[in-house]
Amino acid sequence: MADKLFQVQVICPERMFFTGEADMLELKTTEGDIGILAGHIPLTAVIAPGVMRIMNGSEVKEAALHEGFVEILGDKVIVLAEACEWPDEIDLNRANEAKVRAERRLKGTEGEIDEVRAELALRKALIRIDLGQKYNK
Amino acid sequence: MASMRDIKRRKGSIQSTGQITKAMKLVSTVKLQKAKSNAEEAKPYFKYLYEAINTMLAKSGTLSHPMLSGGSSTKKAFIVITSNRGLAGGYNANVVKLITKGGFKKEDTVVYAIGRKGRDSLARAGYEVKAEYSDVINQPLYSDAAAIGRAVIDAFSNDEVGEIYLAYTVFKNTVTHIPTLLKLLPFEQTEGEQEKDSADRLTLMNYEPDAEEVLDKIIPKYINGIIYGALIEALASENGARMQAMDSATNNAEEMIADLSLKYNRARQSSITQELTEIVAGATAIE
Repeated sequence: MADKLFQVQVICPERMFFTGEADMLELKTTEGDIGILAGHIPLTAVIAPGVMRIMNGSEVKEAALHEGFVEILGDKVIVLAEACEWPDEIDLNRANEAKVRAERRLKGTEGEIDEVRAELALRKALIRIDLGQKYNK
Repeated sequence: MASMRDIKRRKGSIQSTGQITKAMKLVSTVKLQKAKSNAEEAKPYFKYLYEAINTMLAKSGTLSHPMLSGGSSTKKAFIVITSNRGLAGGYNANVVKLITKGGFKKEDTVVYAIGRKGRDSLARAGYEVKAEYSDVINQPLYSDAAAIGRAVIDAFSNDEVGEIYLAYTVFKNTVTHIPTLLKLLPFEQTEGEQEKDSADRLTLMNYEPDAEEVLDKIIPKYINGIIYGALIEALASENGARMQAMDSATNNAEEMIADLSLKYNRARQSSITQELTEIVAGATAIE
């Protein structure tokens, strides 16, 4: 059943991140993880920081996807990402630093908006660390 | 007629100016190449972003969102993208003119300046410059655009300003750059070609969590994206404009040098002739 392919385009402000075909795409939206197969109903959703998986047969590509939104149009999926990176592009040291920084900010007693942003930064850092460690062993 | 020494000195000074403009032209050509490829790589993102937002707003009749209706404030915010350095022909002046000659009331205008040249000329003309982000223009990052976007959206949500405009230079190709004034908020839908396509798409479109919330998240992203795109295009235009300006300056210098060389040779010849005549006249007098 999973043999039907559909077009996937992942676009960052700086570059075309990925274009190609897939039989399944997994990503995380603000409402939770979703898996997309060919023939999905048209849907626009906001992306939450998470790991995106592009699957085509036995080939699975993983990437860290941080912000943006996804537009699903039947046979075509467009991911407009503000930040997106392949595992080998992740700088583990930087991610670790960002994690520590975000944790410190969360412990401090500052304004509400700052807290939301720090939490987001922490989540991004954790995803980078997870994915980076998985591939850089 | 100027003396030989004067002409020689003038020629020397033009020659060195010509060398400088030639070097500047080469530098901006290299920078232009880089900025141009950046601008081209960034294009698909904005195309899709623009399409997506247009599709969503095609049904904005049923949607109500503060960012679509506009605030009650009469103030207008202008994000003005110019360069930090001059010597780029009319590049900066053309962008500034969009605002000074645009028929906007001076006291209702708030400027967010990116680029020192634009800030200076607008401040001199008596406009209120609320914030300045001149450092970002050399190497625009998405996070810079996001910071600027956040600042203007905050001002908009707090009803400090009722409308947001973006003044920048569109990079059409290496020789054509168009100064443009773009209205960011409240969002106005563009009519025309895309209408039918988007109508097809929106009949079936679902939103998660729901349309209002998605719009709430996407509009700031749209603004940030547009600002980022404008920064990149402006940088390419700046280098294109500078390249052209320096090219014509170099040509003018060459022309002047050719002209002066001719004058110099004439002066030299006439001075030799005069000397000869004097010697001959002296010799005849002795005989």
